[in-house]
Amino acid sequence: MSNAPALSLRRRMVGLAGSGTVATLTLLLVALWVAFAIMIGDRFFSVNTLQSMAFQMPELGILSLAMMLALLSGGLNLSIIATANLSGLTIAFLLTHYIPGSQGFAWVGIQVLAIAAGFAVAALVGLLNGFVIAYLGVSPILATLGTMTLCKGVAIGLSRGNVISGFPEPIVFIGNGTVFGVPFALIVLALCALPVALMLNATPFGAKVYMIGSNEKATRYSGVDTRAVLLKLYVLSSLLAGAAAVVMLARFNSANAAYGESYLLVTILAAVLGGIDPFGGFGKVGGLLLALIILQVISSAFNLLNLSQFLTLAIWGGILIAVAAVPHFAGKAPR
Amino acid sequence: MPESAIASFGRFRRSHEFWLLMVILGLCASLGFANAQFLTMQNLFDLLTSYAFVGILALGLLVVLIAGGIDISFTATASVAQYVTLSLANAYGANWISVFAIAIGIGGALGALNAIFIQKLRIPSIIVSVATLNIFYGLLIFFTGGKYIYSLPDWFATGIFWFEFEWAKDSSYGVNLQILALALAFLVTWLLLNRTNIGRQIYAMGGNADAAQRLGFHIFGLNILVYCYMGVMAGIASLIQAQLAQSVAPTVLVGKELDVVAAVVLGGASLMGGVGTVLGTFLGLTLLAVLQNGIILLGVSSYWSPFFVGLVILISVSATAWSQRERRTRSARR
Repeated sequence: MSNAPALSLRRRMVGLAGSGTVATLTLLLVALWVAFAIMIGDRFFSVNTLQSMAFQMPELGILSLAMMLALLSGGLNLSIIATANLSGLTIAFLLTHYIPGSQGFAWVGIQVLAIAAGFAVAALVGLLNGFVIAYLGVSPILATLGTMTLCKGVAIGLSRGNVISGFPEPIVFIGNGTVFGVPFALIVLALCALPVALMLNATPFGAKVYMIGSNEKATRYSGVDTRAVLLKLYVLSSLLAGAAAVVMLARFNSANAAYGESYLLVTILAAVLGGIDPFGGFGKVGGLLLALIILQVISSAFNLLNLSQFLTLAIWGGILIAVAAVPHFAGKAPR
Repeated sequence: MPESAIASFGRFRRSHEFWLLMVILGLCASLGFANAQFLTMQNLFDLLTSYAFVGILALGLLVVLIAGGIDISFTATASVAQYVTLSLANAYGANWISVFAIAIGIGGALGALNAIFIQKLRIPSIIVSVATLNIFYGLLIFFTGGKYIYSLPDWFATGIFWFEFEWAKDSSYGVNLQILALALAFLVTWLLLNRTNIGRQIYAMGGNADAAQRLGFHIFGLNILVYCYMGVMAGIASLIQAQLAQSVAPTVLVGKELDVVAAVVLGGASLMGGVGTVLGTFLGLTLLAVLQNGIILLGVSSYWSPFFVGLVILISVSATAWSQRERRTRSARR
């Protein structure tokens, strides 16, 4: 094996990472859709199926956005689930303690304040992450591993591992209600994805994030305050985890210190499947959303086919390897 | 001779390992002072036995990290190796040599699969191992239905117990299977990394893969070896874990991968490759073990245990990063 072809192959891979992934994923989605339509028939296109897909996607979607932001800068955020559970428990505690007996204006105010408090907790965790990573120079995996354990510790310590449940109507609506047939949670996902996409593609801040992901040192030497950018980025990542917390606690009508832990590696899987470079610098929100739809389509179809959800996990893994290998084969073809 | 000893001690004093050792010694001293039970043989043997599983996996991961890769599929590999090996042992009979041979074979094969995906398809190791974690685990639960195995062969359930001696009236200690496997894993990994040509090649590859390839190192072969080694360690660890738990639970190991990552990176191994020592991994593992054990012995509610573990991880990694930064700026000024 000589080195020259390997290098040009790599260049081709980088070139393909942008538009190539979206093309591959779109093709894959169409192929899956056709295959499942043949296997399952009309039931696959029923309103019920589509709606249940749309209900299940937002949690993982918002958490994956949170993971994506950290990945784009060349980092990683392992604390997203723990952050979401901690801020979910904060909201749940406030709701269950102050809502009973309140009426009218206070009733609305408490719900708004509770959610605001949840976001405040998430922002605090983000500040801690950002400070330790950007200003103390700790590697993101270690720092967020620490905050993950810390957040989970606070959540378990304060809740004694108990579930807090029973929320007022409007909160439950966020996770289970529909607007003109569209699940409200899906709207929340859109309300998260759109600003993130705009921020990444159309603002100087987004450009700086991609630059840091490609080469942090070069970005710093070109006059960008990389530390401030990273701090802000981890706060944003945490705030997205806070948004996921609201959707999660609304959908389950409860909060707990250990909800959704199996999502952690799945968010990385979704992001990488969506074309986000795990070493930073490349990746678009559109790719991530496509990946999420693919994962959800497989999961829902397997459910309709009465196949184990664990087989779904295995197929997700297989798809990830297959999609990641496409640039390799595409690069080889012309030779 | 003494001069070089002083020089090497000076180097050690500035190393990451030295700071870890100081933290651990401080922690041990205060815990020993606070609770007489902490510094007893009983506690030492219990700690070694219960942390052997994480320790053996950490050694495998250390080699992968030094080589410049990462593997987080090892918990799934361990689950598969454990389930298949002990099912076979139950069905056809086996002995110590054959169970370990089967587990090592399965672990090695799954590790090699990772290496092939990484090297032949040129997919980054983090992507491959996230994917294979789901593939191995998903298929295992799909085919087994997630059923536990409670009846293990008698000789396996009994385990081994060497060099038995009595410490107090009712308690006797000896080298059990877990401690023996942990000690062997440390010895072999240390020999591999520090006393063999291949070990030096692994460091070189992790430091700069392109340069290593131009020097004529067989990169593909080295990668196969590294990921197989991780798989073999997962196979061994899975058996001693089953022996300790006295059952095979296919769903409990997956999810513990970050505990292992924590031990190795606390020990100073870098995710960028080329950096890391067996001593560091030992100290990282010790810090986590002493911390978790100490919190229990201090009578802190077990609900708060993860909080303190997280706090110590954050403080220790922050302090290390800070001291390195200080040193860099000081040497830059000079």
